[in-house]
Amino acid sequence: MVELLRFREDKPVADPAVTVDSFSDQSNASAVRLEPGDDARDLLPFLDQLRLVEINFPSFGDGRGYSAARILREAGFDGELRAVGDVLVDQLSHMRRCGFDSFAPEKPFNPADAQAALSRWPQVYQATGDGRRPIWALRHDAQSNG
Amino acid sequence: MKILTGNDLKSGAVTWWTGYDWSIHVEDAVDAGDEADAIAAREEGARRVNAPYAIDAERDANGGVRPAHIKDRIRALGPTVRPDLTLKPADPEAGNWVI
Amino acid sequence: MYRYDHYDQAMVDSRVEEFRDQTRRRLEGKLSEDQFKPLRLQNGLYLQLHAYMLRVAIPYGTLSGAQMHALADIAGKYDRGYGHFTTRQNIQYNWIKLEEAPDLLADLARVEMHAIQTSGNCIRNISSDQYAGAIADEIIDPRPYAELLRQWSSFHPEFLALPRKFKIAVIASQTDRAAMKLHDIGIRMVRNDAGEIGAAFYVGGGMGRTPMIAPCIREFVPVDQLITYSEACLRVYNRYGRRDNKYKARIKILVHELGREEYTRQVEEEFAHLLTQGIEPPLAELKRIATFFADPPFETGLADDVDRSDPGFALWLDRNTLPHKQPGYAIAVISLKPVGGIPGDASVEQMHLMADLATRYSFDECRVTHAQNIVLPHVRKADLFAIWQQLEAAGLGAANLDTVEDIIACPGLDYCSLANARSIPVAQKISRRFADTGKTAELGELKLKISGCINACGHHHAGHIGILGVDRKGTENYQLLLGGSEGDDTSLGKITGPGFDEDGIVDAVERATDVYLARRQEGERFLDTYRRVGIDAFKEAIYG
Repeated sequence: MVELLRFREDKPVADPAVTVDSFSDQSNASAVRLEPGDDARDLLPFLDQLRLVEINFPSFGDGRGYSAARILREAGFDGELRAVGDVLVDQLSHMRRCGFDSFAPEKPFNPADAQAALSRWPQVYQATGDGRRPIWALRHDAQSNG
Repeated sequence: MKILTGNDLKSGAVTWWTGYDWSIHVEDAVDAGDEADAIAAREEGARRVNAPYAIDAERDANGGVRPAHIKDRIRALGPTVRPDLTLKPADPEAGNWVI
Repeated sequence: MYRYDHYDQAMVDSRVEEFRDQTRRRLEGKLSEDQFKPLRLQNGLYLQLHAYMLRVAIPYGTLSGAQMHALADIAGKYDRGYGHFTTRQNIQYNWIKLEEAPDLLADLARVEMHAIQTSGNCIRNISSDQYAGAIADEIIDPRPYAELLRQWSSFHPEFLALPRKFKIAVIASQTDRAAMKLHDIGIRMVRNDAGEIGAAFYVGGGMGRTPMIAPCIREFVPVDQLITYSEACLRVYNRYGRRDNKYKARIKILVHELGREEYTRQVEEEFAHLLTQGIEPPLAELKRIATFFADPPFETGLADDVDRSDPGFALWLDRNTLPHKQPGYAIAVISLKPVGGIPGDASVEQMHLMADLATRYSFDECRVTHAQNIVLPHVRKADLFAIWQQLEAAGLGAANLDTVEDIIACPGLDYCSLANARSIPVAQKISRRFADTGKTAELGELKLKISGCINACGHHHAGHIGILGVDRKGTENYQLLLGGSEGDDTSLGKITGPGFDEDGIVDAVERATDVYLARRQEGERFLDTYRRVGIDAFKEAIYG
């Protein structure tokens, strides 16, 4: 079973992730944890020093973390974006698309299920900043390259 | 009395706890009493039932089981507007039992 | 109508395999019901009063003949011989087995259909005007925009765990035939002064416990910013919609609590940011989709007059057909409201017939309306009589469109575990009462809507006459509302007073219509008389 699924080559950050509140007091923290009610944009001035942002999903049905992840990636954050908490294998591919590159689920995944979930969708309908070209782009490639 | 109901996991059929298994006939339901929650949890864990819960019911004049709320009676029998699709399509009194 | 390319087909095929795998894991016990429930909901599978109920998506209500045949086949193969057409232009089947659901979805995928996101806290089926592409008063066919939005919303990874469900309607005429302002987002395609097409966005409408009419938050979004603006609206909702209380989690509550101005400000801010992110499909994509909605090859020089000598046909002609934008053609509406019947239900045989009629007489296309009827959008006037004869023979010939017999009713307590009261028997009694007394014709346009509970799936708030089923100390009770309207003049019905039992509500409805008949002036519909004389005259007659 997989307890930490990670799609990065660099070494994981050793420091514990601090809360957003205490982050403002600890100007040298490199890891922070966002709760669903936190505003990801509060972190925008500090993206350079952050190497890890954990986004907590206390309940898999609370989807605020998906928006938080995209907001951070859209702002140029290229550190580790980790989904923690009630993260289920069936949300993996959606979370990847929103910019998460590591996962620390409360209930460890079956690696085969994780692999199946991540390879489920060969194409995607939307542009989400994850680098995958959406179907609407592929459809008009000939024209746009013409 | 407190009877237990749920749905068959695979087929979705409405089922009732008989004391030893799950029947589609509410007449077979037994009073689960204080054990209701424990039975429900055990049976759901074993996947012999899906989403079970307890409801109030009475014994009617014929000794049959009659859920207290009309919703559960409709659930027990089938839609009142399609008697042909209920558990008792040939029984003209079945609709009266619901209402 | 839209046809899948290999990309679209691959998406629905992948979805079927995903659900097949999830179902297997559920049946093996690897997924609990709590974990599986949101997954099956986003594939349209509810655990309902009698069994698993499946809601199949009919995007913007449009179906080909082959698709209607497939829906009939599914009713026969997997269910109990009929389907129920809903107030969101979808179809429901009531006795689906979980272990057969993946195969059913595979059958749907073969005809370019699915049950994706027809339930759950996500963006649902996008509805539209049932006369799109056929009616003269639209500025453009709204459905290419609905299709663009459908693809954008399908499996959108950021918006699959919203605070609550999200319903979008797209129209393109001043006359609102889709209850657009009663949606989470209602979009009306418009032209600006320069003649360019754009979208007016109305956000925060809805019915249910707290009905609200959506305010317009932006009068003109250029057509090449439609997706970006929609995404901004959704992102603000996903971030700030309430998650503490299920009954306050719709976007209408957020818009109401922030106020239109503040919600709009937040959307515009997010929109400005998202414009830098390149998420909008190119106009070429919209043009590609629009080619599927070009006019069919209409014949010209067709006869415009129709032989009215059969009185039954003449009645159906007058009630159930509408003028078409193309001379020699008509829009025909098939009523699924036979007197005393179950509103919106169609048998396997009836669905096969409607599919045949669509293929033979309507360029292979039919529509589902939110009033639970079926439309043949492009029919030669010369073919109307033959169509009507076949409809009559199949019990589909009721000539009652938009009359008091054309009742919208949710499935109610006969089918739905959320309901407090049965709605179908009330609909049956009402339609029989007015048919028997011959008053249907006299009353003219009268939109009567019945909901079995406050969730308002029967749209009772928007009925000229609305009925709401409630639970009064364990027995079914019905409240009467008057003066709702779903059209351009959207208004919400007012409760008249204490509720009634099943027979009482039928009498109360009749008394209300008697007030109209007694007090109406030339040219007034029931709604107009009500608005002119006020509720008190009706209350007096109803409660004595």
